[in-house]
Amino acid sequence: MTTDPTQPLLSVRNLVTQVATPAGARSVIRDLSFDLDRGKTLCIAGESGSGKSMTALSLMQLLPKPMARVASGQAIFKGRDLFSLGEEEMRAVRGREIGMIFQEPMTSLNPVLTVGRQLVEAITAHRPMGQAAALAEARRLLEQVQIPDPARRLGQYPHELSGGMRQRVMIAIALSQGPDILIADEPTTALDVTVQAQILSLIRMLQAEKGTSVIMITHDMGVVAEMADHVLVMKDGQAVEHGDTVPLFREPKAAYTRMLLDAVPKLGEMTGTDRPKRGRAETEAAGTAPVRQPILEVRDLTVRFDIRGGILQRPVARVHAVEGLSFDLYPGETLSLVGESGCGKSTTGKALMNLVPWTGSVRVAGRETQGLSRQAMKAVLRDVQMVFQDPYASLDPRYRVGDLVAEPLLIHGIASGSELKDRVEYLFRRVGLSPDQARRYPHEFSGGQRQRISIARALSLSPKIIIADESVSALDVSIQAQVLDLLQDIQNETGISYIFISHDMAVVEQISHRVAVMYMGQFVETGTRRQIFENPQHAYTQALLSAVPVPDPTRDRRAYDPSAREIRSPIRPLDFTPKPAAFQNVGGGHFVAR
Amino acid sequence: MISYIARRLLQSLLILVGISVVTFALLYLLPADPARQIAGRSATAETVANIREQLGLNLPFYQQYLRYAAGLVQGDFGRSYLQKTEVSELIASRLPASLLLMAGAITCELLLGITMGLVAALRRGKPADHILMLVSFVGVSAPQFVVGIMILYVFAVTLGWFPIGGYGTFAHLVLPSLTLGILGAGWYARMMRSSMIDVLRQDFIRTAHSKGISGRAVIWRHALPNAILPVIAMIGIDIGLFMSGIVVVESVFGWPGIGQLAWQAIQRVDIPIIMGVTLVSALAIVIGNFIADMVTPFIDPRIKLR
Repeated sequence: MTTDPTQPLLSVRNLVTQVATPAGARSVIRDLSFDLDRGKTLCIAGESGSGKSMTALSLMQLLPKPMARVASGQAIFKGRDLFSLGEEEMRAVRGREIGMIFQEPMTSLNPVLTVGRQLVEAITAHRPMGQAAALAEARRLLEQVQIPDPARRLGQYPHELSGGMRQRVMIAIALSQGPDILIADEPTTALDVTVQAQILSLIRMLQAEKGTSVIMITHDMGVVAEMADHVLVMKDGQAVEHGDTVPLFREPKAAYTRMLLDAVPKLGEMTGTDRPKRGRAETEAAGTAPVRQPILEVRDLTVRFDIRGGILQRPVARVHAVEGLSFDLYPGETLSLVGESGCGKSTTGKALMNLVPWTGSVRVAGRETQGLSRQAMKAVLRDVQMVFQDPYASLDPRYRVGDLVAEPLLIHGIASGSELKDRVEYLFRRVGLSPDQARRYPHEFSGGQRQRISIARALSLSPKIIIADESVSALDVSIQAQVLDLLQDIQNETGISYIFISHDMAVVEQISHRVAVMYMGQFVETGTRRQIFENPQHAYTQALLSAVPVPDPTRDRRAYDPSAREIRSPIRPLDFTPKPAAFQNVGGGHFVAR
Repeated sequence: MISYIARRLLQSLLILVGISVVTFALLYLLPADPARQIAGRSATAETVANIREQLGLNLPFYQQYLRYAAGLVQGDFGRSYLQKTEVSELIASRLPASLLLMAGAITCELLLGITMGLVAALRRGKPADHILMLVSFVGVSAPQFVVGIMILYVFAVTLGWFPIGGYGTFAHLVLPSLTLGILGAGWYARMMRSSMIDVLRQDFIRTAHSKGISGRAVIWRHALPNAILPVIAMIGIDIGLFMSGIVVVESVFGWPGIGQLAWQAIQRVDIPIIMGVTLVSALAIVIGNFIADMVTPFIDPRIKLR
């Protein structure tokens, strides 16, 4: 192939992709043009619905048929227009010349085929090869993506691997045929932050080795800064800004890019301030006001699940989900529980709501909740409410949203008739929605609006505590910033306390008074926000903080760290007695596990 | 694995005991008096009382049941009052024919159902899809005696391809199997179609395409094995449906199986036969479910028997 190395490897010109709707064809990508240079990384950034994933699927001609199609435009790659290729010719391009990694490692691999078979299938897709040679190649590929114990993995099924390992397998599949271009569609969004850091640096390492060009699709400006040579910012199917990474971060030209960069919570942004971003002086962190009664006292909270087996279904092993947590929550305070998946943070939230069996002691406003009947717990639940992660799944689609917000008031017999109506209207206004939207159904609202509705519902009983379990994780950054502001404004106004459960260190830094870092069901470090973020003592806290991608392209990119490990399993034999965590006070209420 | 099998066997046994209690209780409560039946119309009250005594019909319910259950364990299903034969012998002589019919019907419904569902899913929204779904709808909703008589009329009477009824050769087997299988085929076609459409939407199908393998390989290697899982799980439950269908189909085609036996017994209120056939059907359903549960882990590696 005699191509000029200074020419772009891939040139997309005037791409229009349409989706069929009952009202006729709607363009989800409009007049999009960009170039991809040899050996470089182009990041396509944007919020949900911007058309960034559709762009990738258009290039691969993998758009969901028959609803979506490329209506016009060109994609010149090695002297051919990809959009003019027939299915058979395109098949020769897929895998061999353009490889692709998808977002969801949990569902992107076939559950009934072994990892080895799926790899071999990719290896032999365009290269006839004997089974033994293909298996050897598969093993080499797994070694290349740094999977521990590659020979054994070949015979395993996807469900036997962790999310991070499955994404490594996906990378191995995508690179198996030595493609010129690797398209990675949100490859790390579903992964924990430490695993994300490993996968990103792995992609960079392999790219440098093979000279592959990468198109990386992401909503995370931190990932963009970490990976991109060039950036294409998209909104509503159009390019908003296209340019080199460093100037684009330094001086964004388009208002939308600026907004996007401003909305991103930046880790370290809050250094030197005592209060949360919008916190008021009165709602000082705990410890500064000496004689306050905690609203929530938790002692030795433990949640263990038995794994049953055998003829009589007796317990054979035990999951130590939460192990001996003790903490207090003060009025008007936000305590964040941070950690990676499986660390027990969500289980802690559920235990506080009596949704899972637990042992220990939990006192809400002085009332012990251990062993309370459902009826007696109802009174406590007036004070403790929860806002869940997924705004799409946590609202009953058959109810009008007004009824959903009114329901807790009816259940607790607090309001009825016109009083109820007034209260619901007030709540809708409070969360920034219009009261006449109350008669609509959940599907008519966007994710951010639905989360506002969930907050309105949680607020309806005027609780003293709200447990927010990853409540902003599913939202786009601009919406996320608004919901975080809303939560803080409500706190300033009502003195409500939050238990804020999150994996996102940057968000936690903005909203918290105090932070507890969890690992394997236990706290490893607790303290005020400043203590944790400005002076992390525990190795895990430090690893967590350093793994967060920072939206600053001038920072040094991290090299691949082969020693980084996966999160361990909290499943233990029955006779296992956990060692109670011993904490060392490093000053000012900052505790570190030894 | 072994402990799982042991537990499932124990459960199956309990289910069978439960069914035997229920069937026995139902027939105990039935107004028909077995002693009167055996003795005949002209018998004196004294003879009837004697027979009652012999059969133990004067004993309390639980004792009668225990006698019955003790017999069952030894393979004794009681004696037919009217045919004057052991029920176990009657059932044993009829069972092979019914099992053969069932095997034929399962083959029919799997072949027809899976193919129809697969084609409909791949041609979704096209005329082929609409026609196949209409056919499956008819198959599901038409009563079996109507379907049976129509099939008989078309293929046996008009076209003369197959014998009208009877038992013995492969040709005899085709029409009854088809009739019995059409109901299940309709269900399977609908299930297979929706399951296939579901699977084709999955992320791993997109992954498979992104490797550049052929569309046929994607369907055969990736979509089909996943789409077929819910259908396999259904086969066990299906055997229960067969049992009710068998009574109708065997009568229409003169097939000498336990369905026909049951039908004759019901007409003559021959209670021991009815009880025996009910128990054998229950056993078939239990075994069917057991087999379906045992097979699933071999096709779906995510399921582990514990």
